[in-house]
Amino acid sequence: MPALLGLTPFAFYVIIFLAVPTVIAVGSGFLDAKGDFTWSNLGGLAEPAIAGSFFGAFFLSAVTAVVGAIGGAALCFAMLRSRAGGVTRSLVDSASSVLAQFGGVMLAFAFIATIGAQGLVTVLLRTQFHINIYENGVWLYTVPGLILPYLYFQIPLMVITFMPALEGLKPQWLEANATLGGRRATYWLRVGIPVLMPSFLGSLLLLFANAFSSYATAAALVGQANNIVSLQIRQALISETVLGRANLAGAMSLGMLVVMIVVMLGYSALVSRTARWQR
Amino acid sequence: MSRASGGETLRFGPGPVARSIIWTIFGLFFLIPLFSMLEFTLRTAKPGVYNFDRWALVFSGTTTRYDRVYQGLGNSLVLALVTVAIVLLVLLPTMVLVELRFRRLRRLLEVICLLPIMIPAIVMVVGLAPTYAVVTQIFGSGSWTLAFAYGITVLPYAYRAIQSNIAAIDVVTLSEAGRSLGAGWLSVLMRILVPNLGRGILAASVLSVAVVLGEFTIASLLSRVNLQTSLLLISQSDPFVAVIFALLALLFAFFLLFAVDRLVAVGRRRTAKG
Amino acid sequence: MSALESPQFGSTVELRDVVRDFGGGVGLSGIDLAARPGELIALLGPSGCGKTTALRALAGLERVDSGSILIDGIDVTGEPTNRRDLGMVFQSYSLFPHLTAGQNVEFGLRMRKTPPAERRRRAAEALELVGLDHHAGRYAHQLSGGQQQRVALARALVTRPRVLLLDEPLSALDAKVRVQLRDEIRRIQTELGITTFFVTHDQEEALAIADRVAVMRSGDIEQIGTPEELYRRPSSPFVAEFVGLTNKLRGTVSRGELTVLGQRVPLASTTVRDGAVEVYLRPEDVLLAPTGIPATVVSTSFLGALRRTKLRLDDGSELAIQHAARETPEPGALLHLEFAATPATATPIDVAPE
Repeated sequence: MPALLGLTPFAFYVIIFLAVPTVIAVGSGFLDAKGDFTWSNLGGLAEPAIAGSFFGAFFLSAVTAVVGAIGGAALCFAMLRSRAGGVTRSLVDSASSVLAQFGGVMLAFAFIATIGAQGLVTVLLRTQFHINIYENGVWLYTVPGLILPYLYFQIPLMVITFMPALEGLKPQWLEANATLGGRRATYWLRVGIPVLMPSFLGSLLLLFANAFSSYATAAALVGQANNIVSLQIRQALISETVLGRANLAGAMSLGMLVVMIVVMLGYSALVSRTARWQR
Repeated sequence: MSRASGGETLRFGPGPVARSIIWTIFGLFFLIPLFSMLEFTLRTAKPGVYNFDRWALVFSGTTTRYDRVYQGLGNSLVLALVTVAIVLLVLLPTMVLVELRFRRLRRLLEVICLLPIMIPAIVMVVGLAPTYAVVTQIFGSGSWTLAFAYGITVLPYAYRAIQSNIAAIDVVTLSEAGRSLGAGWLSVLMRILVPNLGRGILAASVLSVAVVLGEFTIASLLSRVNLQTSLLLISQSDPFVAVIFALLALLFAFFLLFAVDRLVAVGRRRTAKG
Repeated sequence: MSALESPQFGSTVELRDVVRDFGGGVGLSGIDLAARPGELIALLGPSGCGKTTALRALAGLERVDSGSILIDGIDVTGEPTNRRDLGMVFQSYSLFPHLTAGQNVEFGLRMRKTPPAERRRRAAEALELVGLDHHAGRYAHQLSGGQQQRVALARALVTRPRVLLLDEPLSALDAKVRVQLRDEIRRIQTELGITTFFVTHDQEEALAIADRVAVMRSGDIEQIGTPEELYRRPSSPFVAEFVGLTNKLRGTVSRGELTVLGQRVPLASTTVRDGAVEVYLRPEDVLLAPTGIPATVVSTSFLGALRRTKLRLDDGSELAIQHAARETPEPGALLHLEFAATPATATPIDVAPE
């Protein structure tokens, strides 16, 4: 059927540039240097350096997801009163879209300029308030130091993802609650929060996924240390063999992918629940 | 006797005090780093003294020091164009076709288009490296070939933008009306559907441009030059210029998105009144 | 018979000179309305006439700029919504999506701290009252539009409120469901004897179920009365044209007697002064006769039990009549008309047009 042919360009494109690379990335984890099937790469995931990098990524992602979700939700809440389609909304939406995409390189610049060794805030604190934030060593370039920069794109992402859910709260529910004798507190406790919870958790998971898969910020800031998974993969790609295993990058990719799939499945389950209610 | 009753119109959301606090905290959090970047670019050799010398130097075009960045910028702009072309010439027709003829495949298309979010860029690169070995053989090693990978990266954003527009208009009825009036399929697409999908197309294009300008991972690990990689490179020799260009890129993307958002909002208000 | 079904003594409700000023649009310009215990009053009018504003002011969801609202003689104007002890049914989307039908109905009882066992029992009774006793475990998105509104009704009634407010509850439903549900609402309301306000833009709905109908326009009550009064003795052209179909004809009043197209028509009101008048006649009050006013048939519609036929008079104006379906006028045929002896409303023509 001729119409079916119309789908071929897209199918072709997606197969070559999405399906094939994914299969290669995951499949290579099961091959050794000679191309034979092996489990040894997967075993490499248990190595302390690599397992540690997974934990580093989990820690960073979890913290920034929770803090970003709560902060972003608060910001959405404050935005409720701005008129939809008004200038304030446009400003915040555009800013959020840009910042959520904020490449790691530019983000690194921003934070080095702010709280780097010669950053504006560092210098100000040192000269005006006599506080040296780096008394106990330079922490900006370690995993905990990545938390603030990560929040810089996590919170905007939360705003983009969560705002529609907040706008989906129908005024009729607030009014019905009032006519049935409930106060504002009861409304939030019994209606608002329960209805929003799936979206909130879903967005939180999305934030987690976003942080976990992030690479650029860490690369630009952390440099040589390889304490989160993304950076380990880079290390594995650049040097041919790591710890004697040829396709460790593939194994690590598989590990990352499994985590992502689990998280995204949770996300879509939560979001579909909300979609049913909003009908 | 006037009586404003206790039963005022019920309000949603926090009161003015809570709102000011929230706006202030977040405003500071997001503006301070940007301001610090600006302050950084205005520094001179003497501490405490600021001027625009460095900005002037960048725009004067007298040195060749920044050629790298301009090269990266040029590459990124080309990449943005090619990526948008892929979105408009490959994704858009496919979405329309599915909507008109292959409704059952809609779910599958949605899953495919949202997959890239699930696959971290770094994982993609592991698989893209061998693929791009072939691509380089066929198309050469210019940076523009990155657009093939970028087209996949922007799929989730472009798909959502166009799909929300498709959902808002009744594509099937419009095309049936066009057909009954004698239009061929190409006319239906170009004269009827595309004009009505302007909003989604515009949003998808602008989002794609923003994503492409900010992309680093794939370019870096495939050893290509784009805006972000050249910024990182030059930051090692001249951090000031790097920050200047970063600020400019940010502002550009922001104004682009803001302008499109206002355009859409005004357009919507006009159609609502009419 | 359950406690919910035993008749109650309804509350009196009064709006005194209630004003709501929206600054730009129409609000309420001094409404006076008094409802007797157990009465169902319909607020009827076109969009923007203020009927919903009036209802929401009663509920406390709209601010009142001046005037007062009394329930059982007590001024509640300053009371917030959640303390007015009302039941309200909204047009749509008011069921809490994350709770089952049963939990929705229990919500008001929860607010009143009713113990769980009694809560469940009363909620079950309320659902039975609206015919949904087996649906307590369903969620809103699993129910049809009509079922959702029934649950909303049960939820509003289970707390035995003093007043029931319905804001166009049937407008979003299919025609057949609408008729079914409105009769049920009326039946339940009468059984419980609860004073009720029903907002609608559908005049047929209002006439069918209300004890009294208040026709509203631009923030004011144009006329309030029983459905019969409104239909037979509309006090103004607006009411005459809004409620039911009507024909507008020229006539002359001289010495208290009305003549239209050469025929005498009794006057509904005795205070119409002499001169040229606009006369409002219902289609069923214009009869086919062997002799009388000549008219040519333009078109005719078969409506099952009766026919509506459009005719053109000698002066070019058109008339709609309603008659038994047995008579089948042919388009183009010449017929004769006469007027029934029903008193008609007439307004002098040189009065400023509405």
